[in-house]
Amino acid sequence: MSIRGVEINIHGLGYRYSTRGNPTFSNLRLQAQRGEALAIIGRSGCGKSTLLHIIAGLNRPTEGTIEFDGKKVDGPSSRWVMMFQAPHLYPWMKVSQNVGVGLKFAGWPEKEKAERVDEALRLVELQDYADVSVQDLSGGQQQRVALARSLVMEPELLLLDEPFSALDAFTRSSLQRDVRSIAKKLGFNLIIVTHDIDEAVLMADRAVIMAGAPGKIMDEIDIGLADPRQRQDPAVQSMRSRLMEAFHTAAQVAGGAGSGAAAEVDTDTESVSQHA
Amino acid sequence: MSENATSGAASAAAGVTGGAGARFALAASKGAVNFVLGLAILAVLWGIGGYMIATNPKTANFAGFGLIPTLQSFPELWTMGKLQSATYASGFRLGSGMLIAILIGVPVGILMGRVTWFRKLSNSPFQLLRMISPLSWMPIAVLVFSSWDGSIVFLVAFASVWPVIYQTAAGLSKVDPAWFKVARNLGATPFQMLTQIILPAISFDIFTGIRLALGVAWVVLVPAELLGVTSGLGYAIKDARETLSYDHLTAMVLTIGIIGYALDTICAMLIKRFSWHRGDA
Repeated sequence: MSIRGVEINIHGLGYRYSTRGNPTFSNLRLQAQRGEALAIIGRSGCGKSTLLHIIAGLNRPTEGTIEFDGKKVDGPSSRWVMMFQAPHLYPWMKVSQNVGVGLKFAGWPEKEKAERVDEALRLVELQDYADVSVQDLSGGQQQRVALARSLVMEPELLLLDEPFSALDAFTRSSLQRDVRSIAKKLGFNLIIVTHDIDEAVLMADRAVIMAGAPGKIMDEIDIGLADPRQRQDPAVQSMRSRLMEAFHTAAQVAGGAGSGAAAEVDTDTESVSQHA
Repeated sequence: MSENATSGAASAAAGVTGGAGARFALAASKGAVNFVLGLAILAVLWGIGGYMIATNPKTANFAGFGLIPTLQSFPELWTMGKLQSATYASGFRLGSGMLIAILIGVPVGILMGRVTWFRKLSNSPFQLLRMISPLSWMPIAVLVFSSWDGSIVFLVAFASVWPVIYQTAAGLSKVDPAWFKVARNLGATPFQMLTQIILPAISFDIFTGIRLALGVAWVVLVPAELLGVTSGLGYAIKDARETLSYDHLTAMVLTIGIIGYALDTICAMLIKRFSWHRGDA
């Protein structure tokens, strides 16, 4: 597989769910370099998932534009693929059929499709499960199939909407490491929306902190850690603390600006949640 | 990737298949025993009733209703060609009516399941029409269609379209909306969305609707054939009654039951074949 990333330029992006409603966010600006991994973190309701859906072309912005390599994004495409919180596999299909469904939509010949599917299954280490029903897989294996289904399209950008939040800690940790390593190996961009500060530190090159209602980008922090990243590594711990502090500051500033809410850190799950 | 102990996946799958095969064989043999035993009980009760009718001087003229005369009349009906021609005529009307019901019912059901305004708009007229007894349309159908066959096909289609529509719509309302989002994200065209995602996702519900519709259609077909036409199983029953051939009459009634049961079994097998829901098999 040969994949290249994209340069992403987001200008003055705004979105509101209804014409009379308050904007979810407005005038967002964001750039990413080719092959860069971005983590968007922020409390619930700040619009980060909506932003991800708009970048994927699944929702249309009410203002502003998104450009990949200078070309405006105006709908979904197999060049930018999204992975959701749940794998959402098609239960009437086998593993290989699920992985190859996007290629089938694109009208690929059967032989080339099978080769590409095999390659994607090898990347996620599920090559022995090609003919198994997806209903027989564990949650982690299903999420790997969803990852293979995205990778098989050779996307330039992979968008992840809290993709591992429903998984157990061991599986989550293994997938976080693998997705980053595959992205770096193949060279595509990642945009991850997450509540999990550790996930942002372990997977991203840069963290974008959103807060407020309507949502704003409050801070951007370069993570700049060497790979492979280990949770226990002091540099990772230090970056985690820095992100946490930045998150609190962003929440306070946004709260002071009128959101009237306070963020709270859940130390057990190492995630950030919002208590209104 | 510690969770992927991939070695042995094939052998584990083979083990699962072997266990499932044994369970299937056991369930099939139990099913066969119940099938034969249930029919044997029915035959015994019928035989006793027929014997009582035949031995009572007051009812002896109706001895043809008994099990033995009925079974004896089958070769005669077959030789005369009555059984084949009646079955063919009824089968043609049933098949035509069901085909129309499916061709209308599945797209309308998908529209109801996918398009909110259409579902809201169609609810009251569909509920009103659904509640009208199909046979009450007979006088209008006779006026509208040039042939009795056309009228009966219309009645069968009208009676059987509702289960197909509502079951299809109900199936679609249960579908995970994220499947559509994922398909759109992977570049599915509307036609691919229909053929690759929607239809496989709701195939279980469509076949369930067809199975329900078949029961309704079969129930409507026979009384519809009692009126006007000169072919079909319903007509054969009427003809047998008028010629006092009670054994032929009961043989035709039994044929209706056998064909209906066979069609229902085929539908049940199709449901099992196309179902991806665990626990339906």
